[in-house]
Amino acid sequence: MKINDVILQTVTKIVVFIILTFGVELFLSGHYNPGGGFIGGLVLSSAFVLLYLVFDIETVHKGIPFDFKKVAAFGVLLAVGTGLGSVLFGASFLTQTASHFNLPVFGATELSTVMLFEAGVALTVVGVVVTIILSISEDV
Amino acid sequence: MIQAMLTTSLVLFSITIAIAVIRIILGPSMPDRVIGLDMIGVNLIAMIAVISVVMNTKAFLEVILILGILSFIGTIAFSKFIERGVIVERKHDR
Repeated sequence: MKINDVILQTVTKIVVFIILTFGVELFLSGHYNPGGGFIGGLVLSSAFVLLYLVFDIETVHKGIPFDFKKVAAFGVLLAVGTGLGSVLFGASFLTQTASHFNLPVFGATELSTVMLFEAGVALTVVGVVVTIILSISEDV
Repeated sequence: MIQAMLTTSLVLFSITIAIAVIRIILGPSMPDRVIGLDMIGVNLIAMIAVISVVMNTKAFLEVILILGILSFIGTIAFSKFIERGVIVERKHDR
């Protein structure tokens, strides 16, 4: 029997971008509002899991040529690296700082080094969750 | 008045979720249980919307979006498992 999933694939092609946008929004709003690196990473990884569900592993790997184990390792490296960067300036480990800048488009913006740390956390969560889901759902 | 209406709707949504849980436990077949789980997701979204109206806050609106996403993906995963027996395929056989 030929399987027909045209509606599912067409809906997914649109919905994935909505989920990815929402994940990035959660990641960026994590300083004073609910959100942050961990939750943003979970939502981003749910978008990748939806792609893997609807299409197959080889098609998704053709479009997203990342090894998700390396993504997780790079995230841990980034998070620990921002922690160690504060040691270079004489502060203690994982000290964070923030300052105000005048950016061309956004106007007065507060930029903080916590965001780099959170980016590392988000990359770690994406890599680990996608690796776990692919490992436990692999057919033998 | 409006407060009493909102509280009544919360009670009715809770009863609906309880009925869906009974259907999930008793459900004779697997698709009944999947429909029950999807129904619990929809009712939870509605309950959170009513609760955020009651408490007059915007803090729960992201919860609604996340619940919608997770309920959607969960329903798709269960349906695919029932129909094909495999969730993530290595390669489409066609």
